[in-house]
Amino acid sequence: MSEKEVAMERSDTADQIIQCRDVHKWFGNFHVLRGVDLIVCKGEVIVICGPSGSGKSTFIRCINRLEEHQKGTIVVDGIELTNDLRNIHAVQREIGMVFQQFNLFPHLKVIDNVTLAPIWVRRWSKDRAVKIAEELLTRVGIPEQAQKYPGQLSGGQQQRLAIARALAMQPKIMLFDEPTSALDPEMIKEVLDVMVELAKSGMTMIVVTHEMGFAKQVADRIYFFDDGNIVEYNTPEEFFLKPREERTKKFLSQILTH
Amino acid sequence: MKRTGSQTSKVPFWRDIRVLRAVGQFVFLMGVVALILWAISNYRQRGMIFSYSFLDDTASFDLAEGIEFEPTDTYARAFLVGVLNTVRVAVIGIVLATLLGLFTGIARLSGNWLLSKIAIVYIEIIRNTPLLVQLFFLYFAVILKLPRLSSAVVLPGPAYLSNRGIVAPWPRLAEAFRLWWPFLLLALAAAIVLIIVRRRTRARIGRPSIRGVWVLACLIVIPLAGWLIVPGRPLRLDIPELIRKSGGVIKVEGGVSLSSEFMALLLGLVIYTGAYIAEVVRSGLQSVVKGQTEAARAQGFTNGQIMRLIVLPQALRVIIPPLISQYLNLTKNSSLAIAIGFLDLYAVSQTMLNQSGRVVEVFFMIMGSYLAISLTISLIMNIVNKRMQIVER
Amino acid sequence: MTDPSDIAPPRVEVGALGWLKKNLFSPWYNALLTVVSVAFVVYVVRAVLRWALFSARWEVVTTNLKVFMIGRYPASEAWRVIASLAVVAVLAGLTWAFRKAKDRPIRRWLVLAWIASFPVIGILLRGFGEDNPFMPRVSAEVWSGLLLTLVLAIVGIVASFPIGVLMALGRRSRLPVIKVLCTIYIETIRGVPLISVLFMSQLMLPLFLPPQIRLATVMRALVGITLFSSAYTAENVRGGLAAVPRGQYEAAQAVGLNKALMMILIVLPQALRNVIPAIVGQFTALFKDTTLVVIVGLLEVLGIGKAVTGQKQFIGLHQEVFFFVAVLFFICCYLMSYGSRRLEKKLGVGER
Repeated sequence: MSEKEVAMERSDTADQIIQCRDVHKWFGNFHVLRGVDLIVCKGEVIVICGPSGSGKSTFIRCINRLEEHQKGTIVVDGIELTNDLRNIHAVQREIGMVFQQFNLFPHLKVIDNVTLAPIWVRRWSKDRAVKIAEELLTRVGIPEQAQKYPGQLSGGQQQRLAIARALAMQPKIMLFDEPTSALDPEMIKEVLDVMVELAKSGMTMIVVTHEMGFAKQVADRIYFFDDGNIVEYNTPEEFFLKPREERTKKFLSQILTH
Repeated sequence: MKRTGSQTSKVPFWRDIRVLRAVGQFVFLMGVVALILWAISNYRQRGMIFSYSFLDDTASFDLAEGIEFEPTDTYARAFLVGVLNTVRVAVIGIVLATLLGLFTGIARLSGNWLLSKIAIVYIEIIRNTPLLVQLFFLYFAVILKLPRLSSAVVLPGPAYLSNRGIVAPWPRLAEAFRLWWPFLLLALAAAIVLIIVRRRTRARIGRPSIRGVWVLACLIVIPLAGWLIVPGRPLRLDIPELIRKSGGVIKVEGGVSLSSEFMALLLGLVIYTGAYIAEVVRSGLQSVVKGQTEAARAQGFTNGQIMRLIVLPQALRVIIPPLISQYLNLTKNSSLAIAIGFLDLYAVSQTMLNQSGRVVEVFFMIMGSYLAISLTISLIMNIVNKRMQIVER
Repeated sequence: MTDPSDIAPPRVEVGALGWLKKNLFSPWYNALLTVVSVAFVVYVVRAVLRWALFSARWEVVTTNLKVFMIGRYPASEAWRVIASLAVVAVLAGLTWAFRKAKDRPIRRWLVLAWIASFPVIGILLRGFGEDNPFMPRVSAEVWSGLLLTLVLAIVGIVASFPIGVLMALGRRSRLPVIKVLCTIYIETIRGVPLISVLFMSQLMLPLFLPPQIRLATVMRALVGITLFSSAYTAENVRGGLAAVPRGQYEAAQAVGLNKALMMILIVLPQALRNVIPAIVGQFTALFKDTTLVVIVGLLEVLGIGKAVTGQKQFIGLHQEVFFFVAVLFFICCYLMSYGSRRLEKKLGVGER
């Protein structure tokens, strides 16, 4: 089934929160994204997996304009991503992102990392921002760390802080770029638990990851990305039991046996 | 903000990122151009003009330092004298400062406690005192306090050290030089050939087949042989003589004389830059992990080989870039010559400026010269730097 | 049978003798070097001491001490200089006392106080009005001696800082026009000696200003020093900016900050923290470079020294005067680099 048919099968376009059509990107001469089509509806949890260098990270970074796509259209919550400065800023406010390397602000305290954007971008009062921040820190499980600095936290705590920081802006969509790849194994679970809770609360999420347990638990669809485009996608059960393409089978055999 | 479903909408240009970038740059450029035009209009308002024709005018001042110059020569030639003086002090200064810095840097790291402490004291004193203070001290408090020519200090040579500088013996070309210089050329050619052969065999079998001693031998033996063969003498030693003239005036003739200003400047620059180079050398040597020397010694290398093949190549890679910037600093610092009366390019330019009144033109000449010298030094050293990477690959 | 562990090591190997042997005499060439060095040190120290204690005429320094410090600043108004120093001392003391305070309001007040101290000290030193009995005008032309050195160095480094930051940001910009212009500025200034920049600001700058404007010599020297120092500050800041990981830029953008906020709140604080040691080093170098204004006719402390040796009763006493000036600089610069090393250590070990 093509992506477009799937979309028409589901609700009308008003429910679609991300629409990517024929997205191309070149790095110099290297054609990294080759005509990607993707539609995400509100509240859906999408997992993207694939070999390194396939372009999956580049793709989700195009969605919040950390990378610029050269051809095709990307529409987020009705706003099209063009060279329009206002559009770009509007989209970036609606999307939260969690990075593989956390990218926390080392010179600010934990609580300030979370309250910075709401105060300066959404122009909330300090009290309101702090209140929301404390709720978020409790939600991700690190309320007692509020006065410390990110460098004093463990890897798992830092990534959970990063999730809280992204949630502080009350985004409509959350992007995750390999959030657990830089963590020691014993800390992966605490981060995944937060992400599962987030998914169950109805957040629209696109997650690039190799954590297939997480995918089985909450994903609505899994996409296999290779060579700059989507090779195939399906619901988790179908994806793991009946992969259609050769490349998908090969990839699954590599990651599921280790 | 239009919320559309699919069509690409026209982006209003005042929010388009590409337009903003281009316009921003244009505005910036226009701002700079406007500033320059305003400045030029002020200049014209004061009745100033801009022309380099004055360079052909007679200088009407004399230059006591450097190559031949008469007050009837042009400004252009005066400037040339200044540039040559700067180059002279810079090149000699760089060579001597490097030697001093190398020695001091190694001394600083030596196992001898006393030697290393002396090196530290020297480095700290020099680095925490302004260069100009050191120059003034050397010039006024040391060199000018040397005895007068009539009671000059006599050094082996004989060379005469006085408050007017030093006069020393110097080789000069003699009649037989015409017959001798082919030997020099032959020695150079032979040395180059040997070096190429060495490089080739080293690439092939791992170490050079001809020992470096032979290259040195070429450069010494061939000219020596030529000297014996050729009739007469190709070089003669010009020895300075003190001559008592009537009225008790002493003059010295012959040899080569280096003025007290030159000596003070050279000494000051060498001592100052030497201290900084010492620190560069020290950090370069320290950057070579100690395990390297230990591993090499365990393998049976001699100390000399360890230095040559293991420590020095790695250290040099770290040393050369900051060394370049010290050389450039020395060149720029040579401009302090004006404070003690040495006629380098900056000092000559000042005189030219006072005489001709052409401030802006002379200023561009000064800047251009220093930039050219800096670029040349950078280029040469960058080639050396690149060679360090390739040869050791 | 003696227990091997009871045998003491040979006396020459331990204690003071052992240290001497190891550090000064062990390989034979070390012994030779030590002997030569000792002879050298003894000779130098004896010569210097003999000069300093017996034949040097230190009156040239002691009688002229005030001139060295404040130059031609009228002696009756010297209290204003002392008052300025007092202001600085009080502020420094307060800053040190509150260094642990994390409270925003206190830190904000301190910063404001430091900023306000500049115009306050400026007015204190300059005064106003010709006939004002309390604080008559002391034109900047007259400021000289160590006072001038400090004014030039401090104003120079403070004024060159914002310019340097802007230049560094410009050089890293993706916009070609801005990048090229900033690079040309930085590389040109770094390629020429300070003396030529001073000369440019002394002689050339007035020619390019409208004929009505006339700048004091001190102002012109300040412009030259500021321009020069800003190029080197720009390179230091550029190094600091390069050390900020790209991920910080991305996280700031992802959380919705625009370019300006990203720079001010996230990038610059981290970049500048990295380069504080380099900036202090820059200040030390600038402090020493202020001596060059002698060549354009201003009398800072070295210039005063040279002028003093021209006085009839002190003619030719160059050794004493320049030795004193050298010691003065040495003490100041050594303290500054010591402070910088302490600062580096503190920043490195800090919790951030």
